[in-house]
Amino acid sequence: MPEFITAWLEGNDVFNAMTFLDYWQGLVNTVQLVFLSLIIGLVVAIPLAILRNSPHWWINKPIWLYTYLFRGTPLLIQLYIIYYGIAQVPGIQDTFWWNIFREPFYPALLAFTLNTAAYTTEIFRGAIAATPQGEIEAAKAYGMSWFLRLRRIVLPSAARRAVQAYANEVIFMLHASAIASVVTIVDLTGAARNIYSRHYAPFEAFIGVALIYMALTFLLVFAFRKLENHLLRHQQPAGG
Amino acid sequence: MIDLKGYGPRLAEGAVVTIELALLSLLLALVLGLLSASAKLSRNRFARGLASTYTTVVRGVPDLVMMMLLYYGGQVLVNRISDWLYENYSIDWFVQFDPFISGVLTIGLIFGAYMAETFRGAFLAVETGQIEAARAYGFTKWHTFRRVMVPQMMRHALPGIGNNWQVLLKTTALVSIIGLTDMVRVAEEAAKAERSPFLFFIPVAAVYLALTAVSELFIKWLDRRANVGVVQGEG
Repeated sequence: MPEFITAWLEGNDVFNAMTFLDYWQGLVNTVQLVFLSLIIGLVVAIPLAILRNSPHWWINKPIWLYTYLFRGTPLLIQLYIIYYGIAQVPGIQDTFWWNIFREPFYPALLAFTLNTAAYTTEIFRGAIAATPQGEIEAAKAYGMSWFLRLRRIVLPSAARRAVQAYANEVIFMLHASAIASVVTIVDLTGAARNIYSRHYAPFEAFIGVALIYMALTFLLVFAFRKLENHLLRHQQPAGG
Repeated sequence: MIDLKGYGPRLAEGAVVTIELALLSLLLALVLGLLSASAKLSRNRFARGLASTYTTVVRGVPDLVMMMLLYYGGQVLVNRISDWLYENYSIDWFVQFDPFISGVLTIGLIFGAYMAETFRGAFLAVETGQIEAARAYGFTKWHTFRRVMVPQMMRHALPGIGNNWQVLLKTTALVSIIGLTDMVRVAEEAAKAERSPFLFFIPVAAVYLALTAVSELFIKWLDRRANVGVVQGEG
Protein backbone atom coordinates (compact mmCIF):
# COMPACT_ATOMS: atom_id res chain seq x y z
CA MET A 1 0.00 0.00 0.00
CA PRO A 2 1.35 3.47 -0.82
CA GLU A 3 2.81 5.24 2.16
CA PHE A 4 0.51 8.27 2.11
CA ILE A 5 -2.57 6.05 2.35
CA THR A 6 -1.15 4.14 5.31
CA ALA A 7 -0.21 7.41 6.97
CA TRP A 8 -3.68 8.82 6.38
CA LEU A 9 -5.41 5.69 7.67
CA GLU A 10 -3.34 5.79 10.85
CA GLY A 11 -4.14 9.44 11.43
CA ASN A 12 -7.89 9.12 10.83
CA ASP A 13 -10.41 8.52 13.56
CA VAL A 14 -13.46 8.26 11.31
CA PHE A 15 -13.04 4.76 9.90
CA ASN A 16 -13.18 2.71 13.06
CA ALA A 17 -15.05 -0.48 13.86
CA MET A 18 -18.21 1.40 14.81
CA THR A 19 -18.31 3.23 11.48
CA PHE A 20 -17.97 -0.04 9.62
CA LEU A 21 -20.82 -1.51 11.64
CA ASP A 22 -22.95 1.51 10.73
CA TYR A 23 -22.16 1.10 7.05
CA TRP A 24 -22.84 -2.63 7.29
CA GLN A 25 -26.25 -2.10 8.87
CA GLY A 26 -26.99 0.51 6.21
CA LEU A 27 -25.94 -1.87 3.46
CA VAL A 28 -28.24 -4.57 4.83
CA ASN A 29 -31.19 -2.16 4.93
CA THR A 30 -30.55 -0.75 1.46
CA VAL A 31 -30.18 -4.18 -0.10
CA GLN A 32 -33.31 -5.49 1.63
CA LEU A 33 -35.37 -2.50 0.61
CA VAL A 34 -34.20 -2.46 -3.00
CA PHE A 35 -34.30 -6.22 -3.49
CA LEU A 36 -37.78 -6.65 -2.02
CA SER A 37 -39.29 -3.72 -3.89
CA LEU A 38 -37.76 -4.89 -7.18
CA ILE A 39 -38.99 -8.46 -6.77
CA ILE A 40 -42.52 -7.48 -5.73
CA GLY A 41 -42.55 -4.73 -8.36
CA LEU A 42 -41.60 -7.20 -11.09
CA VAL A 43 -44.24 -9.71 -10.00
CA VAL A 44 -46.89 -6.98 -10.08
CA ALA A 45 -45.64 -5.40 -13.30
CA ILE A 46 -45.75 -8.42 -15.61
CA PRO A 47 -49.51 -9.05 -15.34
CA LEU A 48 -50.12 -5.30 -15.51
CA ALA A 49 -48.04 -5.07 -18.68
CA ILE A 50 -50.05 -7.88 -20.27
CA LEU A 51 -53.33 -6.20 -19.30
CA ARG A 52 -52.01 -2.83 -20.43
CA ASN A 53 -51.90 -4.26 -23.97
CA SER A 54 -55.54 -5.28 -23.70
CA PRO A 55 -57.83 -3.80 -26.38
CA HIS A 56 -60.52 -2.91 -23.82
CA TRP A 57 -60.26 0.67 -22.62
CA TRP A 58 -61.66 -0.14 -19.18
CA ILE A 59 -58.74 -2.50 -18.62
CA ASN A 60 -55.85 -0.60 -20.20
CA LYS A 61 -56.81 2.99 -19.27
CA PRO A 62 -56.73 2.56 -15.47
CA ILE A 63 -53.31 0.91 -15.75
CA TRP A 64 -52.15 3.73 -18.01
CA LEU A 65 -53.33 6.24 -15.40
CA TYR A 66 -51.44 4.41 -12.67
CA THR A 67 -48.18 4.36 -14.61
CA TYR A 68 -48.66 7.97 -15.73
CA LEU A 69 -49.14 9.24 -12.18
CA PHE A 70 -46.27 7.29 -10.70
CA ARG A 71 -43.85 8.08 -13.51
CA GLY A 72 -44.81 11.73 -13.69
CA THR A 73 -44.24 12.69 -10.06
CA PRO A 74 -41.08 12.53 -7.94
CA LEU A 75 -40.57 9.39 -5.86
CA LEU A 76 -39.90 11.63 -2.85
CA ILE A 77 -43.47 12.98 -2.99
CA GLN A 78 -44.87 9.47 -3.33
CA LEU A 79 -42.83 8.46 -0.28
CA TYR A 80 -44.08 11.44 1.72
CA ILE A 81 -47.70 10.82 0.75
CA ILE A 82 -47.53 7.19 1.81
CA TYR A 83 -45.37 7.73 4.91
CA TYR A 84 -47.36 10.65 6.33
CA GLY A 85 -50.67 9.65 4.75
CA ILE A 86 -50.95 6.13 6.07
CA ALA A 87 -51.50 7.29 9.64
CA GLN A 88 -54.39 9.44 8.40
CA VAL A 89 -56.34 6.52 6.94
CA PRO A 90 -59.45 6.37 9.15
CA GLY A 91 -59.46 3.43 11.53
CA ILE A 92 -56.07 2.03 10.50
CA GLN A 93 -54.68 2.59 13.98
CA ASP A 94 -57.06 -0.04 15.34
CA THR A 95 -56.12 -2.79 12.89
CA PHE A 96 -53.07 -5.00 12.75
CA TRP A 97 -51.85 -3.08 9.68
CA TRP A 98 -50.85 -0.30 12.03
CA ASN A 99 -48.21 -2.49 13.66
CA ILE A 100 -46.68 -3.00 10.22
CA PHE A 101 -46.95 0.49 8.80
CA ARG A 102 -45.81 2.22 11.96
CA GLU A 103 -42.27 1.17 11.07
CA PRO A 104 -40.86 3.47 8.38
CA PHE A 105 -39.50 0.46 6.47
CA TYR A 106 -42.90 -0.68 5.19
CA PRO A 107 -44.27 2.64 3.91
CA ALA A 108 -40.94 3.08 2.10
CA LEU A 109 -41.16 -0.44 0.70
CA LEU A 110 -44.70 0.26 -0.51
CA ALA A 111 -43.69 3.55 -2.17
CA PHE A 112 -40.65 2.02 -3.87
CA THR A 113 -42.63 -1.01 -5.03
CA LEU A 114 -45.42 1.07 -6.55
CA ASN A 115 -42.88 3.31 -8.25
CA THR A 116 -40.73 0.56 -9.74
CA ALA A 117 -43.82 -1.44 -10.75
CA ALA A 118 -45.04 1.57 -12.77
CA TYR A 119 -41.75 1.92 -14.65
CA THR A 120 -41.39 -1.84 -15.14
CA THR A 121 -44.95 -2.10 -16.47
CA GLU A 122 -44.16 0.42 -19.19
CA ILE A 123 -40.88 -1.31 -20.05
CA PHE A 124 -42.62 -4.67 -20.45
CA ARG A 125 -45.62 -3.14 -22.21
CA GLY A 126 -43.33 -1.87 -24.94
CA ALA A 127 -41.50 -5.18 -25.17
CA ILE A 128 -44.73 -7.18 -25.39
CA ALA A 129 -46.25 -4.84 -27.97
CA ALA A 130 -43.14 -5.28 -30.12
CA THR A 131 -43.63 -9.06 -30.48
CA PRO A 132 -43.49 -9.85 -34.21
CA GLN A 133 -46.96 -10.70 -35.48
CA GLY A 134 -45.61 -13.74 -37.31
CA GLU A 135 -44.50 -15.40 -34.07
CA ILE A 136 -47.99 -15.12 -32.65
CA GLU A 137 -49.60 -16.37 -35.87
CA ALA A 138 -47.25 -19.34 -35.92
CA ALA A 139 -48.11 -20.15 -32.31
CA LYS A 140 -51.82 -19.94 -33.14
CA ALA A 141 -51.32 -22.19 -36.14
CA TYR A 142 -49.77 -24.76 -33.81
CA GLY A 143 -52.97 -24.62 -31.79
CA MET A 144 -51.46 -23.03 -28.68
CA SER A 145 -53.92 -21.55 -26.22
CA TRP A 146 -53.66 -17.88 -25.14
CA PHE A 147 -51.86 -18.80 -21.95
CA LEU A 148 -49.44 -21.21 -23.56
CA ARG A 149 -48.67 -18.64 -26.26
CA LEU A 150 -47.95 -16.08 -23.56
CA ARG A 151 -45.74 -18.41 -21.59
CA ARG A 152 -43.77 -19.96 -24.43
CA ILE A 153 -43.65 -17.26 -27.10
CA VAL A 154 -44.58 -13.74 -26.00
CA LEU A 155 -42.98 -13.46 -22.56
CA PRO A 156 -39.60 -15.05 -23.38
CA SER A 157 -39.11 -12.85 -26.42
CA ALA A 158 -40.37 -9.78 -24.55
CA ALA A 159 -37.88 -10.51 -21.76
CA ARG A 160 -35.05 -10.39 -24.29
CA ARG A 161 -36.19 -7.01 -25.55
CA ALA A 162 -36.76 -5.65 -22.04
CA VAL A 163 -33.60 -6.74 -20.26
CA GLN A 164 -31.49 -3.70 -21.10
CA ALA A 165 -34.11 -1.15 -20.06
CA TYR A 166 -34.88 -3.18 -16.95
CA ALA A 167 -31.21 -3.18 -15.95
CA ASN A 168 -31.31 0.61 -16.05
CA GLU A 169 -34.45 0.61 -13.92
CA VAL A 170 -32.75 -1.61 -11.31
CA ILE A 171 -29.78 0.74 -11.04
CA PHE A 172 -32.12 3.73 -10.94
CA MET A 173 -33.95 2.07 -8.04
CA LEU A 174 -30.72 1.43 -6.13
CA HIS A 175 -29.85 5.10 -6.43
CA ALA A 176 -33.36 6.31 -5.71
CA SER A 177 -33.44 4.24 -2.51
CA ALA A 178 -31.07 6.80 -0.96
CA ILE A 179 -34.12 8.91 -0.10
CA ALA A 180 -35.25 6.25 2.38
CA SER A 181 -32.96 8.05 4.83
CA VAL A 182 -35.36 11.03 4.99
CA VAL A 183 -38.05 8.93 6.67
CA THR A 184 -35.59 7.91 9.41
CA ILE A 185 -34.57 4.59 7.86
CA VAL A 186 -30.87 3.99 8.44
CA ASP A 187 -29.94 2.79 4.96
CA LEU A 188 -26.49 3.39 3.45
CA THR A 189 -27.15 7.10 3.01
CA GLY A 190 -28.68 7.30 6.49
CA ALA A 191 -25.56 5.66 7.92
CA ALA A 192 -23.39 8.17 6.07
CA ARG A 193 -25.45 11.04 7.47
CA ASN A 194 -25.02 9.68 10.99
CA ILE A 195 -21.29 9.27 10.52
CA TYR A 196 -21.08 12.79 9.10
CA SER A 197 -22.87 14.35 12.05
CA ARG A 198 -20.94 12.30 14.62
CA HIS A 199 -17.48 13.19 13.27
CA TYR A 200 -18.28 16.28 11.23
CA ALA A 201 -16.34 14.61 8.42
CA PRO A 202 -18.33 15.12 5.21
CA PHE A 203 -15.67 13.81 2.82
CA GLU A 204 -14.97 10.56 4.62
CA ALA A 205 -18.65 9.87 5.30
CA PHE A 206 -20.08 10.62 1.86
CA ILE A 207 -17.17 9.54 -0.34
CA GLY A 208 -17.06 6.29 1.64
CA VAL A 209 -20.71 5.61 0.98
CA ALA A 210 -20.39 6.72 -2.65
CA LEU A 211 -17.74 4.03 -3.14
CA ILE A 212 -20.07 1.38 -1.69
CA TYR A 213 -22.89 2.48 -4.01
CA MET A 214 -20.48 2.41 -6.95
CA ALA A 215 -19.40 -1.11 -6.09
CA LEU A 216 -23.05 -2.21 -5.91
CA THR A 217 -23.82 -0.49 -9.22
CA PHE A 218 -20.95 -2.17 -11.04
CA LEU A 219 -21.90 -5.51 -9.55
CA LEU A 220 -25.41 -5.07 -10.97
CA VAL A 221 -24.10 -3.92 -14.34
CA PHE A 222 -21.88 -7.01 -14.48
CA ALA A 223 -24.71 -9.36 -13.47
CA PHE A 224 -27.07 -7.92 -16.04
CA ARG A 225 -24.43 -8.15 -18.77
CA LYS A 226 -24.11 -11.86 -17.96
CA LEU A 227 -27.88 -12.26 -18.08
CA GLU A 228 -28.07 -10.38 -21.35
CA ASN A 229 -25.39 -12.58 -22.89
CA HIS A 230 -27.32 -15.61 -21.72
CA LEU A 231 -30.67 -14.41 -23.09
CA LEU A 232 -29.27 -13.18 -26.39
CA ARG A 233 -26.93 -16.13 -26.94
CA HIS A 234 -28.77 -17.18 -30.10
CA GLN A 235 -27.93 -13.85 -31.74
CA GLN A 236 -24.20 -14.16 -31.28
CA PRO A 237 -22.06 -15.09 -34.30
CA ALA A 238 -21.33 -18.80 -34.55
CA GLY A 239 -17.92 -20.12 -33.56
CA GLY A 240 -15.75 -17.64 -31.65
CA MET B 1 -60.95 25.81 -4.94
CA ILE B 2 -59.22 23.82 -2.26
CA ASP B 3 -58.44 25.55 0.99
CA LEU B 4 -54.67 25.50 1.50
CA LYS B 5 -54.95 27.03 4.98
CA GLY B 6 -52.90 30.08 4.11
CA TYR B 7 -50.00 28.12 2.65
CA GLY B 8 -51.02 28.92 -0.95
CA PRO B 9 -48.66 31.88 -1.56
CA ARG B 10 -45.68 30.08 -0.02
CA LEU B 11 -46.38 27.00 -2.13
CA ALA B 12 -46.48 29.20 -5.23
CA GLU B 13 -43.15 30.78 -4.27
CA GLY B 14 -41.77 27.28 -3.77
CA ALA B 15 -42.95 26.31 -7.23
CA VAL B 16 -41.05 29.27 -8.69
CA VAL B 17 -37.91 28.14 -6.83
CA THR B 18 -38.36 24.64 -8.27
CA ILE B 19 -38.63 25.98 -11.81
CA GLU B 20 -35.62 28.30 -11.41
CA LEU B 21 -33.59 25.45 -9.99
CA ALA B 22 -34.58 23.15 -12.84
CA LEU B 23 -33.82 25.66 -15.58
CA LEU B 24 -30.43 26.70 -14.17
CA SER B 25 -29.45 23.05 -13.68
CA LEU B 26 -30.51 22.31 -17.25
CA LEU B 27 -28.29 25.12 -18.52
CA LEU B 28 -25.30 23.81 -16.58
CA ALA B 29 -26.05 20.25 -17.70
CA LEU B 30 -26.19 21.27 -21.36
CA VAL B 31 -22.85 23.11 -21.12
CA LEU B 32 -21.17 20.24 -19.26
CA GLY B 33 -22.74 17.74 -21.63
CA LEU B 34 -21.45 19.51 -24.73
CA LEU B 35 -17.99 19.90 -23.21
CA SER B 36 -17.66 16.30 -22.16
CA ALA B 37 -19.16 14.97 -25.39
CA SER B 38 -16.51 16.96 -27.27
CA ALA B 39 -13.89 15.61 -24.89
CA LYS B 40 -15.07 12.05 -25.47
CA LEU B 41 -14.85 12.49 -29.24
CA SER B 42 -11.51 14.28 -29.19
CA ARG B 43 -8.18 12.73 -30.08
CA ASN B 44 -6.65 13.85 -26.79
CA ARG B 45 -6.28 10.80 -24.56
CA PHE B 46 -6.26 12.83 -21.38
CA ALA B 47 -9.51 14.59 -22.26
CA ARG B 48 -11.15 11.28 -23.19
CA GLY B 49 -10.05 9.70 -19.92
CA LEU B 50 -11.27 12.64 -17.88
CA ALA B 51 -14.69 12.67 -19.57
CA SER B 52 -15.23 8.95 -19.22
CA THR B 53 -14.19 8.99 -15.55
CA TYR B 54 -16.70 11.79 -14.99
CA THR B 55 -19.60 9.95 -16.62
CA THR B 56 -18.76 6.63 -14.94
CA VAL B 57 -18.53 8.14 -11.45
CA VAL B 58 -21.77 10.05 -11.87
CA ARG B 59 -23.64 6.97 -13.00
CA GLY B 60 -22.38 4.95 -10.05
CA VAL B 61 -23.39 7.30 -7.22
CA PRO B 62 -26.91 8.25 -6.08
CA ASP B 63 -27.95 11.87 -6.68
CA LEU B 64 -28.71 12.43 -3.01
CA VAL B 65 -25.28 11.27 -1.84
CA MET B 66 -23.59 13.54 -4.37
CA MET B 67 -25.79 16.43 -3.27
CA MET B 68 -24.91 15.92 0.40
CA LEU B 69 -21.22 15.58 -0.41
CA LEU B 70 -21.31 18.86 -2.29
CA TYR B 71 -23.45 20.69 0.24
CA TYR B 72 -21.77 19.60 3.46
CA GLY B 73 -18.35 19.00 1.96
CA GLY B 74 -18.37 22.09 -0.24
CA GLN B 75 -18.71 24.37 2.75
CA VAL B 76 -15.87 22.67 4.61
CA LEU B 77 -13.70 22.96 1.52
CA VAL B 78 -14.54 26.65 1.06
CA ASN B 79 -13.80 27.30 4.73
CA ARG B 80 -10.41 25.61 4.44
CA ILE B 81 -9.49 27.50 1.27
CA SER B 82 -10.69 30.72 2.82
CA ASP B 83 -8.58 30.17 5.97
CA TRP B 84 -5.55 29.27 3.90
CA LEU B 85 -5.91 32.32 1.68
CA TYR B 86 -6.30 34.57 4.67
CA GLU B 87 -3.34 33.16 6.57
CA ASN B 88 -0.93 33.11 3.65
CA TYR B 89 -1.99 36.03 1.51
CA SER B 90 -4.42 37.87 3.80
CA ILE B 91 -7.05 37.71 1.09
CA ASP B 92 -10.53 37.90 2.53
CA TRP B 93 -12.55 35.52 0.36
CA PHE B 94 -15.60 33.58 1.43
CA VAL B 95 -18.57 31.91 -0.20
CA GLN B 96 -21.60 30.70 1.68
CA PHE B 97 -22.74 27.37 0.20
CA ASP B 98 -26.49 27.56 0.23
CA PRO B 99 -28.80 24.69 -0.75
CA PHE B 100 -29.77 26.39 -4.01
CA ILE B 101 -26.20 26.63 -5.30
CA SER B 102 -25.44 23.07 -4.17
CA GLY B 103 -28.62 21.87 -5.86
CA VAL B 104 -27.83 23.54 -9.18
CA LEU B 105 -24.23 22.30 -9.11
CA THR B 106 -25.17 18.71 -8.25
CA ILE B 107 -28.07 18.36 -10.65
CA GLY B 108 -26.10 20.09 -13.40
CA LEU B 109 -23.15 17.78 -12.76
CA ILE B 110 -25.31 14.65 -12.77
CA PHE B 111 -27.33 15.45 -15.86
CA GLY B 112 -24.25 16.81 -17.63
CA ALA B 113 -23.03 13.21 -17.65
CA TYR B 114 -26.30 11.94 -19.14
CA MET B 115 -26.37 14.79 -21.68
CA ALA B 116 -22.80 13.88 -22.66
CA GLU B 117 -23.99 10.46 -23.82
CA THR B 118 -26.90 12.02 -25.71
CA PHE B 119 -24.68 14.58 -27.45
CA ARG B 120 -21.99 12.04 -28.24
CA GLY B 121 -24.48 9.82 -30.03
CA ALA B 122 -25.97 12.80 -31.84
CA PHE B 123 -22.58 14.08 -33.03
CA LEU B 124 -21.72 10.63 -34.35
CA ALA B 125 -25.01 10.59 -36.28
CA VAL B 126 -23.98 13.61 -38.36
CA GLU B 127 -22.63 12.37 -41.69
CA THR B 128 -18.89 12.88 -42.17
CA GLY B 129 -19.63 14.08 -45.72
CA GLN B 130 -21.29 17.15 -44.24
CA ILE B 131 -18.19 18.03 -42.27
CA GLU B 132 -15.90 17.39 -45.21
CA ALA B 133 -18.10 19.59 -47.41
CA ALA B 134 -17.97 22.40 -44.84
CA ARG B 135 -14.18 22.15 -44.65
CA ALA B 136 -14.00 22.15 -48.45
CA TYR B 137 -15.93 25.42 -48.48
CA GLY B 138 -13.24 26.88 -46.25
CA PHE B 139 -15.29 26.95 -43.04
CA THR B 140 -13.15 27.30 -39.93
CA LYS B 141 -13.41 24.65 -37.23
CA TRP B 142 -15.67 26.84 -35.12
CA HIS B 143 -17.87 27.66 -38.13
CA THR B 144 -18.22 23.99 -39.04
CA PHE B 145 -19.25 23.30 -35.47
CA ARG B 146 -21.66 26.21 -35.24
CA ARG B 147 -23.26 26.08 -38.72
CA VAL B 148 -23.10 22.42 -39.70
CA MET B 149 -22.61 20.18 -36.69
CA VAL B 150 -24.92 21.79 -34.14
CA PRO B 151 -28.04 22.24 -36.32
CA GLN B 152 -27.84 18.68 -37.60
CA MET B 153 -26.86 17.19 -34.28
CA MET B 154 -29.77 18.85 -32.46
CA ARG B 155 -32.24 16.83 -34.48
CA HIS B 156 -30.82 13.61 -33.06
CA ALA B 157 -30.18 15.00 -29.59
CA LEU B 158 -33.59 16.51 -28.87
CA PRO B 159 -35.47 13.34 -27.87
CA GLY B 160 -32.65 12.46 -25.45
CA ILE B 161 -32.52 15.99 -24.05
CA GLY B 162 -36.28 15.85 -23.57
CA ASN B 163 -36.08 12.60 -21.60
CA ASN B 164 -33.25 13.92 -19.45
CA TRP B 165 -35.18 17.10 -18.75
CA GLN B 166 -38.22 15.13 -17.55
CA VAL B 167 -36.04 13.15 -15.14
CA LEU B 168 -34.17 16.31 -14.07
CA LEU B 169 -37.41 18.05 -13.19
CA LYS B 170 -38.33 15.26 -10.78
CA THR B 171 -34.82 15.16 -9.33
CA THR B 172 -35.19 18.79 -8.16
CA ALA B 173 -37.48 17.48 -5.39
CA LEU B 174 -34.37 16.08 -3.67
CA VAL B 175 -32.96 19.54 -2.98
CA SER B 176 -35.68 20.00 -0.35
CA ILE B 177 -33.83 17.38 1.72
CA ILE B 178 -30.77 19.62 2.14
CA GLY B 179 -33.03 22.49 3.15
CA LEU B 180 -34.03 24.43 0.04
CA THR B 181 -37.49 25.97 0.47
CA ASP B 182 -38.93 24.66 -2.77
CA MET B 183 -42.54 23.53 -3.03
CA VAL B 184 -41.78 20.07 -1.67
CA ARG B 185 -40.26 21.58 1.48
CA VAL B 186 -43.18 23.97 1.99
CA ALA B 187 -45.64 21.12 1.48
CA GLU B 188 -43.79 18.98 4.01
CA GLU B 189 -43.80 21.71 6.64
CA ALA B 190 -47.46 22.43 6.01
CA ALA B 191 -48.40 18.75 6.07
CA LYS B 192 -46.69 18.28 9.42
CA ALA B 193 -48.15 21.43 10.97
CA GLU B 194 -51.70 20.84 9.75
CA ARG B 195 -51.60 17.05 9.97
CA SER B 196 -53.09 16.71 6.51
CA PRO B 197 -50.52 15.24 4.11
CA PHE B 198 -52.89 14.64 1.21
CA LEU B 199 -54.07 18.26 1.15
CA PHE B 200 -50.55 19.57 0.50
CA PHE B 201 -48.69 16.82 -1.32
CA ILE B 202 -51.34 16.06 -3.94
CA PRO B 203 -51.40 19.65 -5.32
CA VAL B 204 -47.58 19.61 -5.44
CA ALA B 205 -47.66 16.31 -7.32
CA ALA B 206 -50.17 17.88 -9.70
CA VAL B 207 -47.80 20.80 -10.34
CA TYR B 208 -45.06 18.32 -11.28
CA LEU B 209 -47.47 16.54 -13.62
CA ALA B 210 -48.45 19.86 -15.20
CA LEU B 211 -44.81 20.84 -15.65
CA THR B 212 -43.98 17.55 -17.37
CA ALA B 213 -47.07 17.85 -19.59
CA VAL B 214 -46.17 21.41 -20.64
CA SER B 215 -42.57 20.49 -21.33
CA GLU B 216 -43.68 17.53 -23.40
CA LEU B 217 -45.63 19.89 -25.67
CA PHE B 218 -42.69 22.29 -25.86
CA ILE B 219 -40.26 19.50 -26.75
CA LYS B 220 -42.62 18.29 -29.49
CA TRP B 221 -42.69 21.81 -30.92
CA LEU B 222 -38.89 22.08 -30.78
CA ASP B 223 -38.60 18.67 -32.40
CA ARG B 224 -40.84 19.72 -35.29
CA ARG B 225 -38.72 22.84 -35.79
CA ALA B 226 -35.47 20.91 -35.69
CA ASN B 227 -36.75 18.46 -38.26
CA VAL B 228 -37.89 21.08 -40.77
CA GLY B 229 -36.72 19.99 -44.20
CA VAL B 230 -36.07 16.38 -43.25
CA VAL B 231 -38.01 14.00 -45.46
CA GLN B 232 -39.43 11.33 -43.22
CA GLY B 233 -40.26 7.87 -44.41
CA GLU B 234 -43.93 6.99 -44.26
CA GLY B 235 -45.35 4.21 -42.10
